[in-house]
Amino acid sequence: MLRAASLAKRFGGVRAVHDVTLEIAAGAVHSIIGPNGAGKTTLLNLLSGIERPDLGEIHFDGAALTGEPPHRFAAAGIGRTFQNLQIFFNMSALENVMAGAWLHQACGLAAALLRPPGLARAEQRAREEAQVLLEFVGLARWTHAASDAMPYGALKRLEIARALAARPRLLLLDEPAAGLNPTEARELDGLIRRIAARGVTVVLVEHNMKLVMELSQRVLVLHEGRKLAEGEPRQVSADPAVLEAYLGAEHA
Amino acid sequence: MSAQLLQSLLSGLTVGAIYALVALGFAIIYNASRVINFAQGEFVMIGGMAAAVFVDAGLPLPLSVVAAVGLGMAVGLLLEKLAVEPARGAPVVTLIIITIGASILLRGLAALVWGKKIRPLPAFSGDAPIVIGGTAGGATLLPQTLWVLGTTLAAVAALWWFFNRTLSGKAMLAVSHNRLAATLVGISVRRVLLVSFGLSAALGALAGVLIAPISFTAWDVGVMLGLKGFAAAMLGGIGSGPGAVAGGLALGLVEALGAGYLSSAYKDVFAFVVLLAALVFLPNGLAGRGTAERV
Amino acid sequence: MALPNNYTYEVAILVGLNAVVCVGLNLLVGYAGQISLGHAGFFGLGAYGSGILAARYGWPPALSLPAAVAGVAVLAWLVGRPILRLRGHYLAMATLGLGIIVSQVLATEDRITGGPDGMAVPAFFFTGEKAWYWVIATLLVLTVWLAQNLIDSPRGRALRALHGAETAAAAAGIDAARHKLAAFVLSAALAALAGALTAHYSGFITPSKASFLHSIELVTMVVFGGMASTFGAVVGAAVLTTLPQLLAGFKDYELVALGALMMLTMIFMPRGLVPTLESAFHAARRKPR
Repeated sequence: MLRAASLAKRFGGVRAVHDVTLEIAAGAVHSIIGPNGAGKTTLLNLLSGIERPDLGEIHFDGAALTGEPPHRFAAAGIGRTFQNLQIFFNMSALENVMAGAWLHQACGLAAALLRPPGLARAEQRAREEAQVLLEFVGLARWTHAASDAMPYGALKRLEIARALAARPRLLLLDEPAAGLNPTEARELDGLIRRIAARGVTVVLVEHNMKLVMELSQRVLVLHEGRKLAEGEPRQVSADPAVLEAYLGAEHA
Repeated sequence: MSAQLLQSLLSGLTVGAIYALVALGFAIIYNASRVINFAQGEFVMIGGMAAAVFVDAGLPLPLSVVAAVGLGMAVGLLLEKLAVEPARGAPVVTLIIITIGASILLRGLAALVWGKKIRPLPAFSGDAPIVIGGTAGGATLLPQTLWVLGTTLAAVAALWWFFNRTLSGKAMLAVSHNRLAATLVGISVRRVLLVSFGLSAALGALAGVLIAPISFTAWDVGVMLGLKGFAAAMLGGIGSGPGAVAGGLALGLVEALGAGYLSSAYKDVFAFVVLLAALVFLPNGLAGRGTAERV
Repeated sequence: MALPNNYTYEVAILVGLNAVVCVGLNLLVGYAGQISLGHAGFFGLGAYGSGILAARYGWPPALSLPAAVAGVAVLAWLVGRPILRLRGHYLAMATLGLGIIVSQVLATEDRITGGPDGMAVPAFFFTGEKAWYWVIATLLVLTVWLAQNLIDSPRGRALRALHGAETAAAAAGIDAARHKLAAFVLSAALAALAGALTAHYSGFITPSKASFLHSIELVTMVVFGGMASTFGAVVGAAVLTTLPQLLAGFKDYELVALGALMMLTMIFMPRGLVPTLESAFHAARRKPR
């Protein structure tokens, strides 16, 4: 589904990502793990078009996306959430999700200005769809709340709802479990399973190993910007190189 | 070198030195607070006008100059205390409007208190022009020009020493690099902000006092000087001290050469064309650093 | 809404014209979250564009006006593309620089524009305060209606998303550059329209209408009245246009008052008058419990 070859990205003197090649197969849950500073978020930024790779190529279902702006990645069917919440705090929860569905609501400037009758019906439908998504992620009670009044855990789920509104085929989740307590993490586990069950391919960047091991079919380990190991969760967790990267040489 | 070229270069360097001082003021405040102080030009106006008023009132010139710079500094401190501090953490648009409002307020007050007359200021060491390059087609140099260039050089050197060799200066640099970390090691960000405004205002007032004998002063000279000083700061890379100086001199030269050789009617426009070009093509300026948004 | 006398009509017309500009500017500043410190440049270009076509080339105002507005829209489109890549202070300075360049050119090219003293502009096919009042009032209502439609539409949501978190908006498929440009061009066109109408109404136009100070006044109206509030933009225009008329005897204090107003508003009512009042109203309604 998604093929990235020899991706590289540097910021000043730092090589955030170096010679990373990966392939995401449709329908599976993939995880990207690695110690802090390994380049995980940068990789995700590259895969969603937020950053442009210095080297390498990205292909999604055969279409070349290298160097395209992020909204083209989104239009191709890639959605994402962010490590540092990027919620539209100037809108309510419902509006956040509706905004996420822009790709399916596109209206021209003339239509926006003149408000033809079809638009009102389309808006109503959009509102209903957004409400369904909020229920799906378990935020039904926050539907009309101002987003800046919502707690952290709810906001993380709001981002997921918003990303789902675009009906992506590939969903990139950047540390969705960060800052969640064990109960919330379990709910997230369930949510991700439900998303995968809908046919969305999920790529997870995570530190929460329990979540990673239980959910993923494939795991990619990054270390200092390079691919360290790749394979099934059990395989990777036993890999001595991976253990060394995480725990230090003496524990390998 | 032709006399006209030499003349243009000299006047370009002179006005460039003034732009450099104003640009330094922008850089210092921006570094401490990430605020672009649109009122910077008004400090220049206050310096020149206050000095002129004091001289008119009978004060000897040296005392007037010092008092004017002091007044400028006081206004800068007041501005920080009354307008910038209450709005800390506000979004960029808000801060821009506040400093623009401050500049309009200061201009209005100057017009009210000091009137709208154009005022001269006596040159520091007389008006006798120095001729360079022979009497037939040489360029003339006003002694005041030497004051401008010399004082600017001294000011830049002093600032360099302050920021690199004194603890207070280094503290201010620390705040510009990482505000949170600076607070954690005990640096008072509020004090740094206050000092940065006071210092920038003093620099601006100094520039105003230096240039007033050459180009006169009035209640509304601040607008253009401030904007051009800002253009210089942007050109050199906002937040960079050396960049501000380089940008100021470069801008002054471009303006003088453009006015001399291209079109004197559009003299004021050159700075803005340069600014636009710098913003569009050189977003980080000649020497500045860009900021990346982390997601 | 009929008014008592000629003078009030004049003031109302001025308010209406400023309000049209402000509604457009509010779309750009309040909703799209951009900034423009040079909008008076578009106003002036619209005014001079229509004025020059009518006065020097003999075009009927009914043609020169749309031509001028279209011309400014095209210019805004060309200029907007590189400029809107900038953000925050940089964008502010770029728009400011543009505005100043425009006003300088208008003042300097006196063969075409009449220079700093301005030029005369032919009147419209109708004259008289009352007629103009009804035209402007209708235009304002129309503009507000169009603006509100835009805001309530998915495109309006996209604009607000860009303002809220541009990266996330892009990740949701919103083409930031195109939307910002659309808001920029639309607001420029409205400013040009108001400018051209002002020129034909007064019969005269000077470069001061394109000045930095005028740009600041416009931004202040939007910011004072309420950002992200169409009604707020109208209120802001109304208050800040009528205030100097009321303070006519205190002309010297105009600048001081304007400056103080800008600062105090931003310090104490950063969201502007109307949203602050709305919040206070909602809070008061929730109190008895």
